[in-house]
Amino acid sequence: MAKNTESNVYTVLFATGMVLIVGTLLAFVSSSLKDKIAENKRIEKQQNILYAMGVNDNEEGSVNFVPKNKVAEEFSKYITKQLVITGTKAVEDNQAYLIDLKKEAAAAKDPNYKRRLPLFIGDKDNQEYYIIPVRGKGLWDAIWGYVALDKQLVIKGVYFDHAGETPGLGSNIKERFFMDDFEGEHIMNGDIFIGVTAAKGNADPKNLNKTDFKVDAIAGATITGDGLSAMLKKDIAMYIPYLKTLKQ
Amino acid sequence: MGLLSKKDAKLITDPLADNNPITIQVLGICSALAITAELKASIVMSLAVLFVLAMGNVVISLMRNIIPPKIRIIVQLIVVAALVIIVDLVLKAYAYELSKTLSVFVGLIITNCIIMGRFEAFALANGPWRSFLDGIGNALGYGIILIIVGFFRELLGSGTLLGFKVLGDSIEKTGVYAYGYENNGFMLLAPMALITLGIIIWVQRSRNEALIEDN
Repeated sequence: MAKNTESNVYTVLFATGMVLIVGTLLAFVSSSLKDKIAENKRIEKQQNILYAMGVNDNEEGSVNFVPKNKVAEEFSKYITKQLVITGTKAVEDNQAYLIDLKKEAAAAKDPNYKRRLPLFIGDKDNQEYYIIPVRGKGLWDAIWGYVALDKQLVIKGVYFDHAGETPGLGSNIKERFFMDDFEGEHIMNGDIFIGVTAAKGNADPKNLNKTDFKVDAIAGATITGDGLSAMLKKDIAMYIPYLKTLKQ
Repeated sequence: MGLLSKKDAKLITDPLADNNPITIQVLGICSALAITAELKASIVMSLAVLFVLAMGNVVISLMRNIIPPKIRIIVQLIVVAALVIIVDLVLKAYAYELSKTLSVFVGLIITNCIIMGRFEAFALANGPWRSFLDGIGNALGYGIILIIVGFFRELLGSGTLLGFKVLGDSIEKTGVYAYGYENNGFMLLAPMALITLGIIIWVQRSRNEALIEDN
C-alpha cells in the first residue's frame, strides 16, 4: 500500500498518533520512576543539611557528601531537633526538612497565610548549630542552599546549589573555593542583621576580614552573586527574631 | 577496517576533520560557546550529544518513510525532546549525581542545531545503520572541538584542568603565578570562546587547501 504522506488527513492523523505515543511513553516513564526520584531528592536534602554543618567527607578541594547509605543514621545522630517556626512560635516536627520552600514562599504572598519556616538544630562536638534553608533566584533559574550558624550567629558553614547557572561561572557557587569563604563570616552587626554579600572589587581576596559582611564574588557571575546575596539577606532575616529569642 | 566498509568508515572519520560540524558546517556553535568555560562541562556535553544524536538519528531514520514532509521538523523536535527527557528521568532515578551535572545541558541538547541538522540532512535519506554511524561521527567531531576549546579556556582562564590546579595557586602565588603570571579572566567569557574557535578554524583551513573556497 503506497502511502500518500503529503495529504492533510495523513498529516493530522500522524501528528495525533505521534503525540499520543510519545505522551504515553513519557507519562509512563515519569510515573514509574517518580518514587525513586523523590527518594533521591530526600536523601540529597539530608546530605545538604549535614554538609552545611560540616558533616561531610570533604577532601582537598572537592565537595563530598556523607555516603548515601549512611545518611539516615548520621542525620538522626547530628540533627537533634527539627523545628517549624510560625511567627515567634516553634513546633518540633521531624518532617520539617521536607517543607517545600518554593511553595511556602508562593503561599506567603497571601497576607493571611502564616509562613512555616523550617529550622534544623544540629549538635556536633558539643557545639550547637542552627541550620537555615534559603532559596532565591540566580541568573537563569532557582538557587538554594543551607546556612549553618553557631550560637553567636556566626556562619559555620554553607551549602549552595542551583538549577541551571552558567557552567564555569555561576555554577561555581557550589564549589569549595566559594562556599568555604563563608566560614566564620559575621552576619550581625551587634544587634542589627546585615547578612553577607558576594562583593566585586573586594579588597580582601584571601578573606581574612571576617567582619566585613563580604565574601569575594565569582568573576563573570555578577547576577548569580547578587541573587545569592539577596537570598541570604531575605531568607535569614526571617529567622532573626526567633534566633534572638534562643540567644536569651 | 574489517568491521566497517570503507564507505561506512568515512561516515565516522569525515566529521572529525574535513567535514567537522562545528568548524566546517558551523552547526552547534551556540553550545560550543556557552559551556566550554571548563573542560568537565565540555566532556559531559559531548557524551550527552553523542547519545542523543546516535539514538535520534536511528529513530528518525526508521520513521523516514512515514513522516509527513509538512511537519517533519516538528516530528524531529519531538523525537529529540522525548529522548532527552527519558534520559534525564532515568539518570535522576539511577544516577542522581550525574543528572545534577547534566541538568543545565538538557535544554541545550534539544536546541543543538547539529542534531536537527543531521536529522534533516542525513537520517531522513539513509538507513538506520548508516544514520547511527553518522550520528556517532558527527557527535565525535563536535566533541573534539568542544574539548579543545574547553581545554584552553579552562587552562588560560582559571589555571585549572578538570578542577585541578595545574598552574599552581593564583591566590597563594605558587607555581607559575610566582613569576608574575595571571589568569586571563576574559577567557571565561563567551567572546574568547568565539576567538578560540576562530583560531581553530584558521589553523584547520591553513593546513588543508581543499577547505578554502574560491571567491
